[in-house]
Amino acid sequence: MIEFRAVTKRFEDGTIAVDELDLTVEAGTITVFVGPSGCGKTTSLRMVNRMIDPTSGTILVDGRDVLTVDPPTLRRGIGYVIQQAGLFPHRTVLDNVATVPLLSGWDKRRARTRAAELLEIVGLDPAFGKRYPAQLSGGQQQRVGVARALAADPPVLLMDEPFSAVDPVVREDLQNELLRLQAELDKTIVFVTHDIDEALKLGERVAVFRKGGHLAQYAKPQELLSAPANDFVASFVGRDRGYRTLTFLHADVPVHPVATAKLGERITVADWTLVVDEQNRPKGWLSGVDGEVEVGEDDLVSGGSLYDGSSLRGALDAALSSPSALGVVVDDAGAVTGVVKADDVIQALAKARAAGEVPK
Amino acid sequence: MGAWLFDPAHWSGPTGIPVRLLEHLGYTLLTLLIAAVIAIPLGAFVGHTGRGGFAIVGLSNALRALPTTAVLILVVLWAGLGDFPVYVALVLLAVPPIMAGTYAGVRAVDPMAVDAARGVGMRESGVLLNVEIPNALPLIYGGFRGAALQVVATATIAAYTGAGGLGRFVFDGLALQEFGQMLAGAVLVALLAVLVDLGFAGLQRLTVSPGLRPAGTGGKR
Amino acid sequence: MTWILENWERFWEVTAVHLRLSIVPVLAGFALSIPLGWFASRSAKARAVLFPLANVLFTIPSIALIVITPILIGVKILDEINVIVPLVIYTVALMVRSVSDALAAVPGNVIAAANAMGYRPLRRFLTVDFPLALPVTIAGLRVATVSNISMVSVGALVGLGGYGQLFTEGYQTDHTEKVLAGLIGTVVLAVLADGLLLLIGRLLTPWARAGR
Ligand SMILES: Nc1ncnc2c1ncn2[C@@H]1O[C@H](COP(=O)(O)OP(=O)(O)OP(=O)(O)O)[C@@H](O)[C@H]1O
Ligand SMILES: [Mg+2]
Repeated sequence: MIEFRAVTKRFEDGTIAVDELDLTVEAGTITVFVGPSGCGKTTSLRMVNRMIDPTSGTILVDGRDVLTVDPPTLRRGIGYVIQQAGLFPHRTVLDNVATVPLLSGWDKRRARTRAAELLEIVGLDPAFGKRYPAQLSGGQQQRVGVARALAADPPVLLMDEPFSAVDPVVREDLQNELLRLQAELDKTIVFVTHDIDEALKLGERVAVFRKGGHLAQYAKPQELLSAPANDFVASFVGRDRGYRTLTFLHADVPVHPVATAKLGERITVADWTLVVDEQNRPKGWLSGVDGEVEVGEDDLVSGGSLYDGSSLRGALDAALSSPSALGVVVDDAGAVTGVVKADDVIQALAKARAAGEVPK
Repeated sequence: MGAWLFDPAHWSGPTGIPVRLLEHLGYTLLTLLIAAVIAIPLGAFVGHTGRGGFAIVGLSNALRALPTTAVLILVVLWAGLGDFPVYVALVLLAVPPIMAGTYAGVRAVDPMAVDAARGVGMRESGVLLNVEIPNALPLIYGGFRGAALQVVATATIAAYTGAGGLGRFVFDGLALQEFGQMLAGAVLVALLAVLVDLGFAGLQRLTVSPGLRPAGTGGKR
Repeated sequence: MTWILENWERFWEVTAVHLRLSIVPVLAGFALSIPLGWFASRSAKARAVLFPLANVLFTIPSIALIVITPILIGVKILDEINVIVPLVIYTVALMVRSVSDALAAVPGNVIAAANAMGYRPLRRFLTVDFPLALPVTIAGLRVATVSNISMVSVGALVGLGGYGQLFTEGYQTDHTEKVLAGLIGTVVLAVLADGLLLLIGRLLTPWARAGR
């Protein structure tokens, strides 16, 4: 658990980066600090491991005042991941990851064995261990950064915009990887970002900062969406927050049967037909041909996200993005189980609202 | 020149080519060692703390303007003949490039890596020794090898005040109007400079992390 | 210092000679290094020849170059050209790299834009490439100038003029103050020349400091 008690940071030039911050980060959760550029997120984060010392106030990590601990010792017990990873260019990937165990006095072999384990945990082939950071892609470097922070198994992890320098696809991978890791490791993670989508996706609790280091709202993601504390939060969370709220709703949507066909089959199509492969996984839609046809790859209309039963947002998006207006529903193996319709999602939402599941 | 250079008589005895070569090499290596011991810690410390950078740059520039001949003569006049004045003059010549290279090298280390070094719990000494200096090595070597070339070339002047080294051939040849001897001396100095530089290039390859080589060439794949 | 005041005329005379012997090679070497540096910045082959050659030239001791020059070009050992030629060589060896690096560092998109606007090559070089390369070039020129000013003295070891004469005379007559006078003169000249170049650089490239 990390507690900020009336923490203020005033820099030498008079800038007040953080003003009387009171905030408690629960143990075993991912807490996200989000806010516009320059609002004091990094400063708040860096006061936890004493990369910056507060001007006044107290920060407790697991009940211990950080100012009573000598900074290097404190930092070895707190993982720290920064933008562009900050890897040591002169050390191999393996030695980068082994840094903290070595600093803490482990012998070299044990540290390296541990480092190799960690590479695997963050989803990197241990063969990468021999490379130098310059020989990795940005996303791979970022994974190494996470591995390095985890090496000594610290209970607390501080992450400052760790995924902001990679492309959206890799970023999503890394986000999913972090959620998977957290499910296993159960760390207390403070994650800084200025991307509200990332905050809502990763955070169990989200602290929205506004300029001057003021805490505008500290709440669960769905609460931010449905009940922003003020105009600032409302506008920061964004215009489609009604739509985003769906992310946090898991209601039953009726699944309708759908006509399917396999490639090479001869069928008569009148309406939209879903073409699937041997494992019953969706390949694309077929329509607009009258009479009997042989299903060929070239006739397929692709597109549409798949709905795996996660949230109403997924269901609605699948329906809206499908060329047939029917959202394809798949099971864990990716096989088609049916389709959902947008109308049904709206009705499910209305039901949830009536049942009081959607806060006003 | 060839006649003088390949005359076996010039290859033996206490004033022969091998002895002069070793003297010259001795001046060079000891000078570089002393200069490195002075310049690297100074440059690294100032680079690390970021304080006094202006002074370091100013000092290097002022030292660069010092004519080595004058320094040599002054120290001889004060302290008498011998090797001591040679070392003073050559060390003053070697310090600026090594110090400037070290300072620039440490300043140029990726601030993210330095931040991360502190973030993972290194102490200031560890940040400097384990992250900043290893990453600054290419630029430190740049300054050092530049200094080495200058020292080899300039050590020739030591002979003006009667000290040893390959400069003897140049000044003796000048006095005796033996141009073959002079030219041979000059060629030997240039050869020695090339060899010394090759030696340090080898040392650089051995001691600089492959991770710091220009993109795409580092390490095994 | 008293020596300088008491022998003002002599001091002024060696200063003038020293200035001439150091500035002429800087100007000549700089002029030569512009086309060579331009060539090196455009052709990898030119670089592969010019840069190692420059490095080797650097390794030849100045005193050696000064005594060899008269043999090679057939003039008397006491001709000023014997200091000027070696210093031109050193200046070129140093500046070829600076000019080449500076030109190579001009952003490609600027050059592309200039081409797109219809500049012809020579005009583009004079009005776009070269001005943009000036800050780095002038930094190199400052190093070359300072080292030339300090190297001119070596000529005195074979009897040529400049402050170096004060060193050799001071050595032969055990006259410390004379040596000191020459040393002070050299350092002051170097600092003045360096400052002047710095100033010229700032005046010529006002954009380099904008937005800092
Ligand atoms: N060392 C410093 N000296 C003076 N002011 C500083 C210093 N570090 C940060 N600040 C100021 O403090 C404020 C908060 O900075 P901080 O880095 O915490 O912002 P941030 O929320 O992390 O922003 P970003 O999203 O851009 O990273 C800013 O106004 C910044 O300019
Ligand atoms: Mg920040």
